[in-house]
Amino acid sequence: MTKIVNDFSITVGTKNGSGSSTANNTILRAIFKMGIPVSGKNLFPSNIQGLPTWYTIRVNKDGFIGRTETNDIVIAMNPDSFSRDLASVTPGGAFFHADDIKQPVTRGDVAVYPMPIKAIVKNDPNIPTDYRDLVGNMVYVGVLAQMIGMDFDKILAALTFHFKGKQKPIDMNFNALKAGADWAKANLEKKDPFHLEPMDKTEGMIMADGNTAAALGSIFGGVQFAGWYPITPATSLAEALNDYLPILRKREDGKHTYAVVQAEDELAALGMAIGAGWAGLRAMTSTSGPGLSLMTEFAGLAYYAEVPVVIWDVQRIGPSTGLPTRTSQGDLSFTYFIGHGDSHSVILLPGDVYECFEFGWKSFDVAERLQTPVFVLSDLDMGMNQWMSRPFDYPEAPMDRGKVLWEKDLEEIKGNWGRYLDKDGDALTYRTLPGNKHPLSSYFTRGTGHDEHAKYTEDSGVYIKNMERLARKQIAAKQYVPPPVLHGNPKASIGIIAYGSTENAIFEAQKQLEKEHGIQSEFLRVRAVPFTKEVDEFIERHDQIFVVEMNRDSQMLQILYTEYPQYATKFKAVAYHDGLPAAAKWIREGILEKHGGQKAASSKQPRAKKTASKAAAKPRVRKEAGGASTKKSAGKSKRK
Amino acid sequence: MTETLPMAGAPANANTVGLTKNDYRGFPSTLCQGCGHNSISNQIVSALYEMSVLPEDVIKFSGIGCSSKSPTYFMNRSFGFNSLHGRMPSIATGALFGDAHMKGIGVSGDGDSASIGMGQFKHAMRRNVNMVYIVENNGVYGLTKGQFSATAEKGLHLKKQGDNPYMPVDICMEALISNATFVARSFAGNPKQVKEILKAAYAHKGIAVLDIISPCVTFNNQENAYHSYAWGKDHEEPLHEISYIAPRSEIMLEQEMNEGDIREVAMHDGSTVILKNLEKGYDPTNRYQALHALEEAQQNNWLLTGIIYVNTTKPALTDIYNLADTPLNRLTEADLRPERAMIDKVNALMF
Repeated sequence: MTKIVNDFSITVGTKNGSGSSTANNTILRAIFKMGIPVSGKNLFPSNIQGLPTWYTIRVNKDGFIGRTETNDIVIAMNPDSFSRDLASVTPGGAFFHADDIKQPVTRGDVAVYPMPIKAIVKNDPNIPTDYRDLVGNMVYVGVLAQMIGMDFDKILAALTFHFKGKQKPIDMNFNALKAGADWAKANLEKKDPFHLEPMDKTEGMIMADGNTAAALGSIFGGVQFAGWYPITPATSLAEALNDYLPILRKREDGKHTYAVVQAEDELAALGMAIGAGWAGLRAMTSTSGPGLSLMTEFAGLAYYAEVPVVIWDVQRIGPSTGLPTRTSQGDLSFTYFIGHGDSHSVILLPGDVYECFEFGWKSFDVAERLQTPVFVLSDLDMGMNQWMSRPFDYPEAPMDRGKVLWEKDLEEIKGNWGRYLDKDGDALTYRTLPGNKHPLSSYFTRGTGHDEHAKYTEDSGVYIKNMERLARKQIAAKQYVPPPVLHGNPKASIGIIAYGSTENAIFEAQKQLEKEHGIQSEFLRVRAVPFTKEVDEFIERHDQIFVVEMNRDSQMLQILYTEYPQYATKFKAVAYHDGLPAAAKWIREGILEKHGGQKAASSKQPRAKKTASKAAAKPRVRKEAGGASTKKSAGKSKRK
Repeated sequence: MTETLPMAGAPANANTVGLTKNDYRGFPSTLCQGCGHNSISNQIVSALYEMSVLPEDVIKFSGIGCSSKSPTYFMNRSFGFNSLHGRMPSIATGALFGDAHMKGIGVSGDGDSASIGMGQFKHAMRRNVNMVYIVENNGVYGLTKGQFSATAEKGLHLKKQGDNPYMPVDICMEALISNATFVARSFAGNPKQVKEILKAAYAHKGIAVLDIISPCVTFNNQENAYHSYAWGKDHEEPLHEISYIAPRSEIMLEQEMNEGDIREVAMHDGSTVILKNLEKGYDPTNRYQALHALEEAQQNNWLLTGIIYVNTTKPALTDIYNLADTPLNRLTEADLRPERAMIDKVNALMF
C-alpha cells in the first residue's frame, strides 16, 4: 500500500454536547504543532445536547486547508449518525468506531477499526465515574494518534494549553488518551495508508479563531465601548472582549478605560454603541444577520447623523433564523444598502484570522475618519473555527481619531464652526464631543433634516446639498479602506473575485484548474466596499471574471454590476449556499461550468461599449463555442 | 448660540456660575400654543438656572414625537441628541459613558416610552442610567394627529378613533417595578411643583423618572379626559409639598412648611429635598408604600403627584464600571492602545 503522508482529512461524528470539542481541538493542535498545515471545522447543529455534530480536520502538506468534501478517515462515536458516517468514508479510507455501537459495518472497501472505548475507560481507576463520557473522547484521540503517528509530546502540549496548565485534568485526559493508544498498539493492525510526518510549515504561526482575533484587534484599536446581545456565531467575539480587556488594558490605578454592556436586544446594542461613538468613544457592536436586521434603523441614523461606530457581522445563513449554525456570505447586499432612503455602507471584508485582528483596530480609524458606521463582515467559519495564522502584528499606524475640535481648537477658530460644514472640501466635516466646555462647542444631533450647523430644516436645497456630500463621502472612503489582495498570474485571461473566508478554497481551485485543465487565473480578494482603484484595474484587465461567493443571489456580483455596469458582461457568478465552509470542488466546477474558453484580448472593446443600464439590468452570459475545458458544461452555459 | 459667555463678567441676575436665565434657553417652540410641553421646557430652564448647572455639563436626549422635539426649546448650550422613536434610552446609555461626569436630561413622551420604547425604557431603569427621564404624558399621539397612546385611559373618546378599548400603562408603576431609583409624577398645570421635582431629579444620582401629565391642547384636552388641564386641576392629589434646598444652603422653611409631617431626603450632590407630607406618614423611600400609593391612586382615579419613590443608595450605571477619572472621551492613544510588547504576549496566548 502506498503511504499517503500529510494529505488527508479526518471527520469525527459525535453527539452535540458530548464534550468532544476538547478531543477534536487536541487533534487539530497537535498536528499543527507537528508543523503540518491543518484546519479544523466544527459542523454543529443549533442545539445544546443530543443532535449529531461533526468535526472535520484537513491535513495538507501543500497548505491547502480549505474544506474538502472527501472523508478519508472517519471516527464514528454517535449511533444516530453511524450509517451515514460509514457511507461517507472515501473508498480506501479508514473507519474507526466505538464498539458499543452495535450496527452492521457493511463496507468492504475501507479499513475498519472498532474501539472498545467504554471498556478502556471503565478499567481505568483514575477516571471518576461521572467523567467517563467526557474522557472517553480522549480514547479515540489516542487510538487515532497511534494509528496515524501523532506526536505525543505535541498532544500533551495541546492539552496543557487547553487546560491552562491545570495538572489534574491534563493528566486525566492524557492518561485516557495513552490508554487508547496503548490498546491500539497492542491490538490493531494498520490497514490504511494515512500517515503523519513532522514538517516545518507552521513554524512561527499561531492558531486562533476569528472572533477572538477580532476582539483582540479591537482592543489594540482602543475600543472603549461595546454594546452587544448574544447570538450565534457572534457571541464569542463580545465574550473575548470581556476576557482580554482586563488583561490588555490593565492600569496601575485599577480603573477602566472601557465598558462592555450586554444590551436587552440588538436595537439597544447598536443604540448604545452609537451613543458612545457620538460621545467620542471608540464604540462597537458584534452580531449576526438576524441582529443586523434589528439594527437597521439605527444604522440609518448613524449614516445620516454621521456617527462613527463599528459593527461586526459574523454571518450565518439566512433568511430569517435560517440555519443558525451554518456559515454564509449572505448579508453583503443587505449591509451595503442597509436602511431606508438613500444610503450605502462602508464595509470591510477580512479574509482570515489575521485580518480579523487587523481590521479590528483599523475599522475604528476608518469609522472615526469618515464619521460613519463601518461594517466588518466575517462569517461563522472564520469566526468560530480555529485557524492557523501568521502572528498578529502591532498596528502599523497611530490611531486616526478623525476631525475633532476641542476647547483650544474652538478658541483658535473663535468658535466659528459647523457640524456638517464641509470646510475642507473633502466631504468630511468637524465634530465636537460632549464634555467640551467651550460655550460654542455644542450642537444638536438628529436623524431629521439638518443644515450645516445641525439645525432642523426641511429646506430642499439644504437637504440635497447634504445628501450629495454624503455621496462624496463614500468616494472619499476609498482612500481609507484596505485595498484588495492579488494572487496568481496578472496576464491570465480569467479573473476570480472573491472575499472573506473562501480564500483557501480558491487557492486550491486555482491550482487544480491550472494543473488539471490548463486554466490560469488571477485572483483578487476584495477587502472593502467601496472598491478601490485596484479593483477597477483588475476588472479592466480580465476578459472573464468569476465572482465566487457563499450565497444564492451572487450578492457581490450585484454590487459589481451596479458599480461597473460597463463591464457587466464580463462577470459570471459562482455562488454556492449549502451553509458549509467553501470547498475547492464547487469553485472549480462552477468556474469550469461557465468558463468560456480563452478569449482573445481584442474582444474586450466591443463588450465594454454596451450601455450601462442595459448591461446592468440584464447581465448576459455569452454562449461560447467549444472551450476545451468545458466538456461537462456543454449545454449548461446558458444558465446563469 | 448664546452670546453670553461665562467669562463675560457677571450680570446682575447671574447665578453662581455667572450665567443668566437666557443662557439656559433654547430656540422658540414650534409646538402648539398652550401645550403642556412648553410649560415643562420653561421649568427646565428655570430649574437648571436656579441650580447654577453649567449647560456644558448636560446632555439632552429625546426620541421621536412632539415631546421629543422639546429639547430644541431649552438649553441651547448643551449637547443634544434627538434619536429614534423609542430609542432614547440606549443612545443615552452609551453617550453618558463618553464623559461620566455629565448628566443626561431626556425628554420622551407616552408614545415614545410606553409603546415602541417600552423595552428600552424599562432597561434604562434597571441599569440606573444617570439621567433625568421625563415622560411628557398626554395620552395621545400628537404629531400623527390624535391616535390613542398606551397611557390613554380605557373608554377615552377621541374624534377619529372612537373609544379606547384597552387598559392604560402606568409609567410610574412600570418604572418602579423595573427598579428605578427615583420616580415622580407631576402635572404641567402645577409648574411650581414641576420645577421643584426637576431640581430634586437632577440632584439624584442615577435614573429619575418624571411622569408629567402634559395636556395636548389640540387632540386630548376634553374636560373629562385624564390627561386634560381641567381634569388634572380637579383631581390632582399631591403627596407632599416639595422644596429643593441647594448644597451648602441653610435650610429655611417657610412658616406653613414648618407645621406638619416633614421629611428630608439627602441627595447625592449635597442638596436636600424637603417633603412636607400631605398624605400622613408617606415615606417615599419605601418601595412597597410607593406601589401601594400608585395602586390606590388608580383605584380612586386620583392624579397622584409628588416624589413617589426615591432611593439614594444605588450606584449609577457608570459608577458600576469603575471608570478612569479622566472622561473616557479625552483618553488618548497612550491610554487606549496596549504597548507594543503586549503583541507578543497576545500571540503567546494563542496556541
